[in-house]
Amino acid sequence: MTDFLNAIVALSNFVLIPGAAYGAQLALGALGVTLIYGILRFSNFAHGDTMAFGTMATILVTWGLQSIGISFGFLPTALIALPIGIAITGLLLLGTDRAIYRFYRKQKAAPVVLVIVSIGVMFVMNGLVRFIIGVGDVNFADGARFVINAREFKEMTGLDEGLALRSTTLITLVTAAIAVALLFWFLNKTRTGKSMRAFSDNEDLALLSGINPERVVAVTWLIVAALATTAGVLYGLDKSFKAFTYFQLLLPIFAAAIVGGLGNPLGAIAGGFVIAFSEVLITYAWKKVLVYLMPENLEPSGLVQLLSTDYKFAVSFAILIIVLLFKPTGLFKGQSV
Amino acid sequence: MTARGFLLYAGMALLIVLTGVFQGWNLALTILNMGLISAIMSLGVNLQWGFAGLFNVGVMGFVALGGLAAVLVAQPPVVEGWNAGGLRLLGALALGAAVLIAAVQVWKRKIGGQMRAMVMLALLIGGFFLFRAALDPAVNAIEAINPSLSGYLGGLGLPVIVAWPVGGLLAAGAAWIIGKAALGLRSDYLAIATLGIAEIVIAVLKNEDWLSRGVKNVVGLPRPVPYEVDLQRDAGFVEAAAGYGLDPVTASTLWVKILYSGLFAVVLIAILFLAQRALASPWGRMMRAIRDNEIAASAMGKNVTARHLQVFILGSAVCGIAGAMMTTLDGQLTPGSYQPLRFTFLVWVMVIVGGSGNNYGAVLGGFLIWWLWVMVEPLGLWAMELITSGMAADSWLRGHLTDSAAQMRLMTMGIILLAVLRFSPKGLMPER
Repeated sequence: MTDFLNAIVALSNFVLIPGAAYGAQLALGALGVTLIYGILRFSNFAHGDTMAFGTMATILVTWGLQSIGISFGFLPTALIALPIGIAITGLLLLGTDRAIYRFYRKQKAAPVVLVIVSIGVMFVMNGLVRFIIGVGDVNFADGARFVINAREFKEMTGLDEGLALRSTTLITLVTAAIAVALLFWFLNKTRTGKSMRAFSDNEDLALLSGINPERVVAVTWLIVAALATTAGVLYGLDKSFKAFTYFQLLLPIFAAAIVGGLGNPLGAIAGGFVIAFSEVLITYAWKKVLVYLMPENLEPSGLVQLLSTDYKFAVSFAILIIVLLFKPTGLFKGQSV
Repeated sequence: MTARGFLLYAGMALLIVLTGVFQGWNLALTILNMGLISAIMSLGVNLQWGFAGLFNVGVMGFVALGGLAAVLVAQPPVVEGWNAGGLRLLGALALGAAVLIAAVQVWKRKIGGQMRAMVMLALLIGGFFLFRAALDPAVNAIEAINPSLSGYLGGLGLPVIVAWPVGGLLAAGAAWIIGKAALGLRSDYLAIATLGIAEIVIAVLKNEDWLSRGVKNVVGLPRPVPYEVDLQRDAGFVEAAAGYGLDPVTASTLWVKILYSGLFAVVLIAILFLAQRALASPWGRMMRAIRDNEIAASAMGKNVTARHLQVFILGSAVCGIAGAMMTTLDGQLTPGSYQPLRFTFLVWVMVIVGGSGNNYGAVLGGFLIWWLWVMVEPLGLWAMELITSGMAADSWLRGHLTDSAAQMRLMTMGIILLAVLRFSPKGLMPER
């Protein structure tokens, strides 16, 4: 029995909890991609760098707050800075839309042209982030580090395995839940949200019923700024901030959005968790769990790791290919052309 | 080529000559060599995007496969490694391939849906564990042999030039697999799929030490041109250099670079010639017809997906050739140095700025953007020093700005790309 409990604790500690936190971060990122796809109808390659920019803005505000002695008790100061970071990112995205994307929207340019434009934006944003904060690792998490400490947990329960619940993990899950609840409330209950969904479903019909497209687009960018900044800050608190890592997040985020069905918000959330758990499950060394479950003489000799952690991109990619081959519209029905 | 084209090419040549005059011929030739390679990559992407409208953002992966080819072809074989586990490893790889082929065959059988899926899944999962069980001991045995110096299987020990076409073949094989899966779906899906395959190729190069020594790098690849030290010992060469008023060391570095330039120029001209002939042929017209209106082309009986697969493989092969050439020039394979911004998206900037659909434009874009990529850093530093010259020498902002000048590259490239897309979407040398 103890063995079984130990196995469960080890599984939660190394697979379930980190997987859930990573899944929530990916889901927030994928929501941003899927919203842009639904409303503006292109795949935004600059999304990873939007997340990096938002996180950078939040970090700068956090440093400002810390230097005048403001902190948030046991919570990270970055959470106070987050709304300001979102506002700065929102301004940047609105400015980008005004200066760059609007021209192509008026021209009714092909989606692939907008994708190339977003690559240009990606370069500029990436350069901006590197220019302002540099390329190194930035660790900006402060406040309490653990909600449950592995050692305390062992003493409390008398098990061999410790369960550590890092505060950033809990913050990620709670914040993501709040953000998703707010988003769905907005999309389903408010007038603006409904007009966004109408615009996404059928642009011509929405225009005919008097919906102002520019307003819908502006609101979309603001929501995307909020989602991207939140996702980026949560990821940064959980791990650390590095411009290049955020660029690389683009692949799992896109995979999540496509697996769920591009343009479908619910699908983006599901996709985020599917990708995150597959990455963690396949790259986890199962020995730690299996030693408790298997009879002594059958215990595995190796690490029982299906793939080394460096192949985590391969996992999201493989899932993406499987979905593309067998269900091109994604798990939840998204838009597909 | 039009008069405008000649002017632009003359301007580009002038830029390189000016670099030589003001900053030294060594730098000018370095830029020229990488410019030649960039131009080939740019031609490859132009085949896919300019001819057929395929959006490939996995250039880095195909370039890296070319680099791998240089190692596999040119490095001497490590006999101890082969004895330790070479055959077992090949057997394991064959087993893995057999499992995949069997799974595909099961999927193609027309038997009941549930049954088929279960059999395929069982085959894949069981096959994976079998594959790992066969592969892992062989890999451990190979990597255990003298890990600090070799620890891998080495290559075939052939002349490194052979690696160039082989690199193209490797890239073509990868392109076939990815094209089979992602072509025929929407354009964005191909983009994401290629982005993924590029990351996976790099991950394999970084982690499979038995293949490419991973992050330990393979250095000292054989060269197709003589070594500088040998030239300096060669009495005839020293004498000839003295005739031009050059000391042997400078003369040998320049001469080696010129030899590389000659080799690369031959390849570039050959590929450019073929691409031009392809563009003017019925095949090229068909490609452009498909690009401009897929539905009309398929109504005319053209198999759009098959033609896309064809051109996707061709373009990727060209990128692979360029990758093998680049690794030959560097003389080493460093998997850690492959960055998507540098090897994928920069090539895209080259194609768009040069003029997509126009081969001469793509080549020009390759040279121009590479020149800028090298030059932006010193120019940025100079600009930053100008801007900050009024500030106090120990000011924090001044230090930060001059330190960050190195990051100006990406921003400049982005601004150039956006400006060209906005004001001259057809590029410097338009298709027509």
